[in-house]
Order: sequence, then structure tokens, then C-alpha cells
Amino acid sequence: MTLALDKVPDGANPPAATPAASPPIITVEGVSKTYDGGVTALSGIDLAFPAGKLAALLGPSGCGKTTLLKIVAGLLAPSAGRVTVKGRPVTGPGPERAFVFQDFALLPWATVLRNAAFGLELAGMARRQREEKARHYVAEVGLAGFEDKYPHELSGGMRQRVGLARALAVDADVLLMDEPFSAVDEQNRRKFQEDLIRLRELENKTFLFVTHSIEEAVYLADRIVLLSPHPGRVSQVIDPDIPRSDDVEAIRRDPVYLDIVDAIWRGLRRYAE
Amino acid sequence: MAPPPASRTLTQGPAGGAAASAAAGAWARWSSLPALWRAASLALFFAVWEIAARSGFSYALPSFTATAAAFWEMLADGSLGTAFAKTLYPLAIGLAFSLTVGIAGGVIMGLRRDVEFLSLPIFIVMQAAPMAALIPLVTFVYGIGLTAKVMAVVLLAMPVITINSYKAVRNVPPSLTAMARSFMGTRRQQITHVILPAASPMIFAGARLGVAEGFSGIVLAELLITPTGVGDLITFHRSVANFAHMYATIAAIVAFAVIAVSLLQRLETALFRPEKRSQR
Repeated sequence: MTLALDKVPDGANPPAATPAASPPIITVEGVSKTYDGGVTALSGIDLAFPAGKLAALLGPSGCGKTTLLKIVAGLLAPSAGRVTVKGRPVTGPGPERAFVFQDFALLPWATVLRNAAFGLELAGMARRQREEKARHYVAEVGLAGFEDKYPHELSGGMRQRVGLARALAVDADVLLMDEPFSAVDEQNRRKFQEDLIRLRELENKTFLFVTHSIEEAVYLADRIVLLSPHPGRVSQVIDPDIPRSDDVEAIRRDPVYLDIVDAIWRGLRRYAE
Repeated sequence: MAPPPASRTLTQGPAGGAAASAAAGAWARWSSLPALWRAASLALFFAVWEIAARSGFSYALPSFTATAAAFWEMLADGSLGTAFAKTLYPLAIGLAFSLTVGIAGGVIMGLRRDVEFLSLPIFIVMQAAPMAALIPLVTFVYGIGLTAKVMAVVLLAMPVITINSYKAVRNVPPSLTAMARSFMGTRRQQITHVILPAASPMIFAGARLGVAEGFSGIVLAELLITPTGVGDLITFHRSVANFAHMYATIAAIVAFAVIAVSLLQRLETALFRPEKRSQR
């Protein structure tokens, strides 16, 4: 941990120094976003995310966490400031980033395989090649045997696995996930979270995901960015030091896990009604 | 695997085009009934008709059997075939025009704000107005020939087709277009790979309503402008009190319209809805 947890500072905070040597793959410099109509969603955000890590944007509703993720994705333009990914400024969606949607955003008329291959289809890859690649990632997210099913035949958790396979298939360096588990029921969510920990060891990618669940953020993330609302600002950056490699079941019983969950809740409870 | 939770599906758009989707839903429900039940439902209707006619409460109501006999007679002597051919010619032209221009126009209205701004008010008025009231005006401008009849079909069919296509494009879930954008799809790919397939169920629902309206248009035109085709057959048999023949003609055009609309639905499922076929 890089910050004392018992003190939750008000307002913006400079990002914690990156502990390891890995250089940041995503940098966010002075990003603000004011929507038409004068609502300020984000104000003066400065952040850096190291490559190969899983980072979580956590905060109460209205803190602009999804807005920030969409700005990094290039789906929204910031009102001020800039974002760079792999050293290049973001001006729109790019091949080094892939997005996983909260509502899955699957094509209802397409099979699991075609949905998983859709990013490659848009990129103009030949059918056999893209389906071979998609088949690999469909199996990797645990959906082998479901290639010819349609989205409406799958549970919420399985649909989101298709969304994840689609994002993995395009070989992006950064996976941006917008509340990927929020429309998935509790048992499947836990299973999916465990699988994600295994997946990120398999795939050498950087993950940035938005969540409103403290447990989910602490369970999964190497770096947690706490945002405070109205307007959205960085209130704290926490780098939990929890061993995740040996036993994914043990994480939830780890004392460090429990302490961080508790400390974040103490910081956030004043935003709860 | 756990049973699938009731999570939102992307096929169901918001409440726009409620009439179209309600009609489509009712029709899908009827089509899903076993053949026996459908036959029983029709048989019950015909039985009530037969009993009502035989009770003799109105001399102008022929029995079901008399109507069926008149139908075979007109089919055999060719009068029904000739009348249908005459009626279907302007109907086909009018529907072809309404479907191509209406769908293309509606899609463009959905895609472009400037086109929407210019044309939406016209179509809202056209959809709400009793278009049959314009048919005398059509006669005044276009006379009593083929053009007037085609115009009558277009006036009735096109507004609903256009409005539905427009709403269909507008109701495409925004996350689907954002998805195409995030995977570097061009605007053209967005339209061909995401927006048009996602909009097609509602476009087809509008097309079915439009075809049904087109039948109204052509029959109205044949009754109000000049009696030709089916309109002529109805008018003639009414004037000579051949009620069984009049009923048979009316029933024939109604049945024809129903079959045409349901074939359109089959065509849609066969061509564009693989996920529905897999449900069977």
C-alpha cells in the first residue's frame, strides 16, 4: 500500500508513484469533462497505469468513472487535458485498446463465434482466419461448445464472457471494461472474477475496469483509483499487495484484503445516502 | 450452468412503434399455435357465421356455405382471377414504390439529423391524418387512371413504412454502435454490420403494416375512384343483390391480404433472423 488508509484526504490527490519499474502504458493528464448543459463529470484527473497490471476505477455513482473509461477508450472527447496510451495521444478508438461493455453489446442475430470474431471482422480479416482465432478465445473464456449458440440462449455471465472473448481476440494491449460484472448474477460473477485472475496471468495485457463494488476492486485490482463525486476527482490511489497467484479462493480470507475493503468503505460511506 | 437470468436483451427496442410490435406480437402468437387449434378457431368462426345466416335475421347475410359456393363459381368462371389481376397491378407498383422509397427514406431520416428535421413533421401528419380523405383529391389531380390508384396505395402504405424504418434506426441500442466504433468500424460498417440488421425486425414490422395499408388503399381507390377489379366485383354484385358473391369477393381479398402479410413474415425469418430459426 502506498497511502495511509486511515486518512482519506479531501479533493484531488497526486497519483502514487509507480512502485515497480514498469513504465505507465496509460497516462491521464489534467483531464476534465463538462457535458453540454454544464454538468462537470470530471475535474483535473491525473493518473498513470503501469503495463501488465489490472487497475480498477472505483467510486460512488456520479463520480465519472465510466466517463473516464470512455475518454481513455476514445469514445468520448475530454473537455480539457489529454490521455496517452503507449505514448500516443488518444484521439479516438485505437487498435491497442479494446472495450468490454456493461450491457455486453452482443449482436443478437450472430452466433457466439461470430460475435467473438466481430472485432476482427470489422478489421477485414478473412473469415477462416478470424473464426479460428475467435474459437481459441471462446475456449479460453470457458465457452468451448457454445460457439454456435445465440446470445439469447446464454446466461448473463456467459454473454459477458463472449464480450471478453471479442475484446481479447483483437490482440489489444489494453482491455477497458465498463462494469463488466454488474449485469451478471452473484454466483456467476464470483466464478467470472476468479477466471479473470487466471486469464490475466495467461494474457499479458493491461486491464482497466470500472466498478462500484469495493470487494470486486480489492479482489481483482493491483491498483485501485478511488474517485469522489460532484465533480469527479481522484480521492485516493491504493495499490493493494495481495498475493493472487497461488489460490484465488484464499484472497477473500486474506487479512490485507479485508483491511483494505474496510478502509475503502470507511472512506466512501459518507457518499452513501 | 445456472439457469439464464432474466437480463435485458438487445433485440427488444424501447416502446417506439408500439402498434407495429403489438401487431407483430399478436401475429407471432397466432402463428405459434398448433395447426389444429388454428383450424378449430377458423371452424368455430365459420360455424357461427353459418348459424347466424340460417337463423335468417338478415336477407343480406348469405350463409358460409353459400359464400363458399359463390367463391368456387367465380374462381371457375375466371371473374375472380381477372378482377384480382386488375387490382394487384396498381397495388404491386404502389407497394414496390412505397417499400423502396419508404424504407430508404426512413433509414436516412434515422441516420441523419438534418433529414429528420426536414421530413419528420410531414410523415407524422401523414401517419395521423385519415388518408382516405385525400383520395378524392388524388382523383382531382391525377384523374381516374392507373396513376391515381397507385397514388392511393402509396398515400396509405408509405407513412407507416417510413415512420417505422425511422424509429427502427433510432431504437438501435447505442451500445451496439459504440461497440462497432470501439472496434474501429467505419461509419459504413456501422450501418451495414450493426444498424441495419439491428433495425430490420422493426423495419419488417412496418413493411407488414404498410402492405396491409396498401390493400386498404387499392380497395378504397377501386370503390371511390372508378370501379375496377375487386372493387368493381364488389360493387356489381351488391347492385344486383348477389350477396353471396359480394361476400365471397370481400372474403377473398381479405384472405389474400392476410396471406401476403404472413408470407412477408416468413420471408423475414428465413432471410434475416437466424437466431429465431434456431429457437424452433
